[in-house]
Amino acid sequence: MGTQNFKIAAVIVSLLALLIVIPYCNSFVVLLATRAMVFAILAMSLDILLGFTGLASLGQAAYFGVGAYLTAILANNYGFGLKWDFWLMIPIGMAVGGVLAAFFGLFAIRATGTYFLMITLALGQCVWGLAYRWNSMTGGDNGITMKGGRPQFGIDLSNDINFFYLTFAFFAATLLALYVLVRSPFGKSLLGIRERELRMRILGYNVWLHKYAAFIIAGAFGGLSGVLWAHANGIVTPETVVLTTSVDALLMTVLGGAGTLVGGAIGSAIVFGLREYVSTLVPWWQYVLGGVYVLTILYLPTGLMGIPERIKQWRTSPKKRETTKMASAPS
Amino acid sequence: MGTQFWIVQAFNGVSYGALLFLVGAGLSLIFGVMRIVNLSHGSYFLLGGYVALSVIGTTGSWLLSIPIAALTIAVVGLIMERLFLRPEGRAKLVRDAVIALGIALVIRLLIGPVLPRLLPGQIGTIIQVTLVVIVLAIPVFLILQRISAVAIEADVLRQVLMTVGFAFLFQQAALDIWGGNNFDIQPPGALTQSLVIGGIYLPIYRLFMIVGALVIGIVLWLAMEKTRMGAAVRATVDDAQMARGVGIDTNKISMLIFALGAGMAALGGVIGGAFLGVYPGLDFEMLPIAFAVVIIGGMGSLGGAAIGALLVGLADNFGKALFPELAYFTLYAPMVLILAIKPTGLFGRD
Repeated sequence: MGTQNFKIAAVIVSLLALLIVIPYCNSFVVLLATRAMVFAILAMSLDILLGFTGLASLGQAAYFGVGAYLTAILANNYGFGLKWDFWLMIPIGMAVGGVLAAFFGLFAIRATGTYFLMITLALGQCVWGLAYRWNSMTGGDNGITMKGGRPQFGIDLSNDINFFYLTFAFFAATLLALYVLVRSPFGKSLLGIRERELRMRILGYNVWLHKYAAFIIAGAFGGLSGVLWAHANGIVTPETVVLTTSVDALLMTVLGGAGTLVGGAIGSAIVFGLREYVSTLVPWWQYVLGGVYVLTILYLPTGLMGIPERIKQWRTSPKKRETTKMASAPS
Repeated sequence: MGTQFWIVQAFNGVSYGALLFLVGAGLSLIFGVMRIVNLSHGSYFLLGGYVALSVIGTTGSWLLSIPIAALTIAVVGLIMERLFLRPEGRAKLVRDAVIALGIALVIRLLIGPVLPRLLPGQIGTIIQVTLVVIVLAIPVFLILQRISAVAIEADVLRQVLMTVGFAFLFQQAALDIWGGNNFDIQPPGALTQSLVIGGIYLPIYRLFMIVGALVIGIVLWLAMEKTRMGAAVRATVDDAQMARGVGIDTNKISMLIFALGAGMAALGGVIGGAFLGVYPGLDFEMLPIAFAVVIIGGMGSLGGAAIGALLVGLADNFGKALFPELAYFTLYAPMVLILAIKPTGLFGRD
């Protein structure tokens, strides 16, 4: 438990440090951090599925996209969500994400492993197809520009730093909520399903219902991140629901460490750092990004959060490594 | 909307399906044999188009570009499979060496501006860069040897993510080599004309695509059904463990199929380059469509891929023509339904 408390303390300290540092950063970095935070929420929502239930989804962008499109459409067509009603938009976005996940889950939950990967990909592509082609609703390829700007309710959110703090608050709330969730008996049963689904079934757990609930929760938080994304970005395009966004979320989670929640945030920070910041410095940034993925997957199966464990393992059992090496050598 | 509309749309759908067959068949076989969802398959398609462009640019021969592109990308796929997806024995050392060189190159690029130029001229620079990279790579290689990679053979998700990592690497490589412009591959003049049958214009190029895919499909089918190798492939698809048990070298099969699949995707890239174009981002556009083909037809089955390609080609064309706002929805919704009702696809076996 000592290490657990230490990890929690480390997370809190680094988040506080971020809070203090951000006002002194230039606007580019502030916006970058805001976007990374939004994606961190998405990655954490995916982690509930991937890390805690053992379901690798390739369609998490669907809920993200639906939340973002709904926010943009309501704001542009009805002026909804631009004043105090922004606070209504948050539960609405989560509800829409959750409802969509509840619908999609009916198809997806029965599948396992690769088939789950494929069916979530297909479901995500359905949403993308609508976003891309349903011109009258979604603006097609051009997307929807948020004409009303960011919500105004006493606090001026058009100020990027204020908006960062708002996003940060949602990020922290999500982290806390999901942390409580995974530590709850429900979360423990999810872990049980991840580890040994058959045993859980024999013990009398309704595995399908547990997975379904996890799927809906993940969808709801995906919707939340979508609402924030619409305001963070100012424009919602089919890019938000495209396959690569789902893939990004998956990679962020694995990069940071699946099953750790904060891993998603770390992964998101690294991906955004590389993609948006390093890309302004060097043109070949994507080699670094692709290389980081390949290296993480090869050498750090538990992600960056797993590094301490990896080092411990490496230092305590050099003999064991020798034997595994010999076993894998050609005879 | 007369009969002419239906004939033209059906013709376009079938010819698009022919192209999709080239991409989907390889993906399907790779999945069947290795159980890997290969997310870099779209990259093979795109790279195939780019290699063909280069070949046409230098030799002027469109005909020559087809085999060269297919072979080049087959080799790329082969290397990727051998070194990263199924490394065995010494291949692991080579893989570590490749990674070490890659890391060293990145370090060299980072520290490049502060390094003094020791050797004169362009050749001198190249020699210097090479030496620096090699010197940097040696310690990296030794470190990699000590931390030893974790085997990914047993973990589907990590294999999938590995292929995504490669898709990103390929994307950047393509951008660096061929730039960000849109290109078109110009087929020879004879193929760009149209055939007029009963007042309907049928482009010869699309006929060529259908015939080409048919020929390739039949050859593949014969190879799968009539040869010993094909029987071994089918056995591996059905039950890899059992196939190994009866003495089939599944390792060799997976290598062969991966190269074949990559080559066929590249072939699709060359042929499709004439009417889809060749541009950055095409890789991730093609990828989900290829998956739709594979899923609808059933993974690991050649006949399934053919039917799947035909259905997706038709659904795509009629969807775009009849319900433009729902075009892609009409493509992926059936994919969802099939996965939900019969996850093994229309023609897949358990």
